[in-house]
Order: sequence, then structure tokens, then C-alpha cells
Amino acid sequence: MQTVKMVVTGPFSAGKTQFIRSVSEIDVVSTERKISAEAEKIKATTTVAMDFGRISIDDDLVLFLFGTPGQKRFDFMWEILSEGMLGFVVIVDSTRPETFREARSILETFRAYAPTPYIVAANKQDLPDAWDVEDMRYALRLDEKVKLLPCVARDKESVKNILLELLYAILEELEQSKD
Amino acid sequence: MALKGNLRDFTITQILNLINLARKTGTLVVEGPGGVAQVVFREGKLAYAQIGEEDNSLAAVLHRSKKINPAQYRILKERANQVSDKELGLVLINAGYITQQEVINALQQYFSSVVRRLFTWAEGIFHFDNDAQPPPDRISVKVSLENLIIEGSRQLREWAQLQEEIPSLDMALKFADRPGTNLKNIQLSVEEWRVVSYIHPKNSMRQIAQTTKMNDLEIRRVVYSLLQAGLVEIIRPAAPAAQPPVALPMVNKTTQKSLVQRLINRIRTL
Ligand SMILES: Nc1nc2c(ncn2[C@@H]2O[C@H](COP(=O)(O)OP(=O)(O)OP(=O)(O)O)[C@@H](O)[C@H]2O)c(=O)[nH]1
Ligand SMILES: [Mg+2]
Repeated sequence: MQTVKMVVTGPFSAGKTQFIRSVSEIDVVSTERKISAEAEKIKATTTVAMDFGRISIDDDLVLFLFGTPGQKRFDFMWEILSEGMLGFVVIVDSTRPETFREARSILETFRAYAPTPYIVAANKQDLPDAWDVEDMRYALRLDEKVKLLPCVARDKESVKNILLELLYAILEELEQSKD
Repeated sequence: MALKGNLRDFTITQILNLINLARKTGTLVVEGPGGVAQVVFREGKLAYAQIGEEDNSLAAVLHRSKKINPAQYRILKERANQVSDKELGLVLINAGYITQQEVINALQQYFSSVVRRLFTWAEGIFHFDNDAQPPPDRISVKVSLENLIIEGSRQLREWAQLQEEIPSLDMALKFADRPGTNLKNIQLSVEEWRVVSYIHPKNSMRQIAQTTKMNDLEIRRVVYSLLQAGLVEIIRPAAPAAQPPVALPMVNKTTQKSLVQRLINRIRTL
């Protein structure tokens, strides 16, 4: 049995757990914990350790989706998780421009760990105060070659689309690379 | 009366026997040739151990038992210092890098190996502290002492003999230049091969032991059998040699492409 993995990362509360949950065939194994004291009052739980989802591809291939832990204390896991990944998805909450800078910095960090293709998902596009994707491209200072796509992590089709776009990018990269 | 004394009068095996029979809880502190060792027991079972300056953090133990690779180990050492062993164990288990059983096994083996090394200490003093417990952020285990005690008594005699044959590990090894000896025709064990692959006038036996993660007794045992077979000679070491490079795994491109295509086909049908 062969396994491959993709990493799902992004700032606190961007929708990483939701993203994985929408396509995983197993319940997302996550270690959620009540957010302590005055920590951001955005939601009641945060992922302290990590979540991972699983999609079986065929009889001898399994895809794992690893969500990075939300808290800074665990950011050493980023580098560990990034080893051997096919590609990564950076999830950004389109309704919270105050997190864009951090999203940008997470993206740069992962790019430094591994030269694999990646995709940026402008999440929560179903909410009325979501930014337009093209405005986000400027705000996130993303080159036009970088794939930035609208996303609703609660919607399975939307998550499938992001994963497929990432896989297309991986295939393209393989076509272009020399042996 | 406090339990304390000298290893010349009271061997480690005898001390363990007492701890086991009296189901003692506390810390055995031994000061000997390898530094200071602290071995914690709970109700007569081995719970935790620390020897000299040796790193006994979960990351180091997992690295030594090859449960994590050198790159992962480096990352954990550099960046996970705010995280306790208990938390680290949990994240690694949750991330699917290791199972809970593997964590426990690795720690049990490591702590047992510390005790085994004490068997080789002939000189030193010890005392038993009834109150000292392992640091609260560390993971402790439960290992019965019976097997260790039996092993210890066996090793005692072997050890004395090996030390006479190979008194110093600061010496190096070289292949005996006797015509007709061909390594390919000799059946070596895995341990022997590991040692053989590092034989070089610049590598002391101590360095080989460190690299191959063998303790003083294990390396002596292997060297002794190689000496007996006439394969090696003990020599004075030259200047230190560099470590051998680590090979990187390579993946074939066509296989990768078909793999990605399989992923695409499957996700389309989700
Ligand atoms: N409306 C809407 N809400 C979403 C969407 N995706 C996630 N959410 C909500 O946003 C909140 C945060 O989502 P999570 O999946 O927990 O975010 P996370 O990135 O895993 O958070 P941490 O692990 O704490 O960093 C939850 O209340 C989700 O239900 C989306 O596409 N649309
Ligand atoms: Mg989460």
C-alpha cells in the first residue's frame, strides 16, 4: 500500500479542518481543544495537534490530507509534514483581511521547505463580506502565475475543485521538469 | 537505613534484585565511569532513566531507534523545545508518524539499554532516593526487572573477559593484511557488518560504537568476534575521519505522473 500526502495550511480559523472534513472518507481525526482565556473569540475550538483526512484512491494507493495545527507553538510540525508532500493548499479566510499577511508568510514558509506546487484557496466565498478573489490577489501580493481560486470549504464540490487544480499543477510541473 | 554503597561490594544486578523484590519506588543514582545515571522505579518496575549528558528526550530516543529520520530529528531539536515530550508524542501519533505502541517500545528499549550499560560499570557509588520522580513532562514506562536481572548476571562474567581482551575503546581497527582472507566468504551478522563498514584507521572503536549506536559491551563483543576470526587488528587511531554521506531517495518521473493521474481520476468521482 502506497500513501501520498498533501498539506492543508493557512492562518487560524481559515477553514482547514472544514476543508479536510468535506472530502475525507474517515472522520477527520483532530485534536480540538477549547480555546483558552482571551484567545481569539472567533470560535470555540482550535486544532492544537493536527487533523488528517484520508481518501482511498484505488486498491493500493491512499491520499492523506494533513491540516497544520493552528497554534504557533506547534509550527515545528510544518517542516516535518512538508517532507515528501505532493503539494500544499493555503487556505485564506476571505472575510478576514487582517489574516492576509500571516497567510502570505505561511505560504512563503512552506515554499521554502519544499519546491512543490501549491494553490491558494480564498475560502468562505459564500459569506456576504467575502473579498473578491482578484482583490485578494493584490492584497496577498500573489503573482498572476500563482493559482488563487474561490472556495467554500463546506461545499464538497468546491474542495474537490481545489484539489484537482492542485493536481493539475503537479502534473504540469512534472511534464515540464527534466528527468 | 538509606540504601547506598559501592559497586565493588554490591553489583547493579544485586541492587535491581532488591528493588524488584521490595517493589521499591524512587530513583537509583549511580556515579560511575560513564557519568551519573538516574534510574527511576515505580513499585519495582523500571519507569525512566537518564545517563550522563545523553539526550533522553523523546525526539532523541525516537531518532536512535530509527522511528524518525535525521531530518525530522533535527527539526524537533531546533524547533520543538517549547513542547513537552507528552505533547510531542501526541502530535506525532495524531499525525500518523508513529503509533502509541512504538513510542512506548522505543522508550522501554532505551531505558532498558541504560540499565544494561550500568551492568558494565565495575566501579562507582550508588544511592537510592525514595522521593525523586521523573520530570513531570516526560513519558514514563513500566518494565519488569526480571529479564534485565537475568541478562545482567550473564553479562557480568562475559564483561570481565571482554575487558581483558579489549581494554580501551579509544583504539582503532584495521583489516588484517593476511592473504587469503576474503570478507565475502565469511558469514557476518548484521552487527558485525555494521562495524566492519566503519573500520578505518581514523575511526576509534568508541566512535564506531557511537555511530552504530552500540554500547561498550556490544561493540566489544563484535570486535572480539572479528579479532577471533582474524579479520581485524587493533591499532592506534590516526586523525578523525569524516562521516559517510546519507543517500537521498529518488523517484522515477513516469511513475509519479501515473500516480498523479490516478489521484485526479479518483477525486473527480468523489
Ligand atoms: N460560511 C463558511 N464558514 C466556513 C467555511 N469554512 C469554514 N468555515 C467556518 O469557519 C470556522 C473555522 O473553520 P475551521 O475549519 O475550524 O478552521 P481551521 O483553519 O481548522 O482553524 P484552526 O485549526 O483553529 O486554525 C468554523 O466555524 C467553520 O465552520 C466556509 O467555506 N464558509
Ligand atoms: Mg483546525
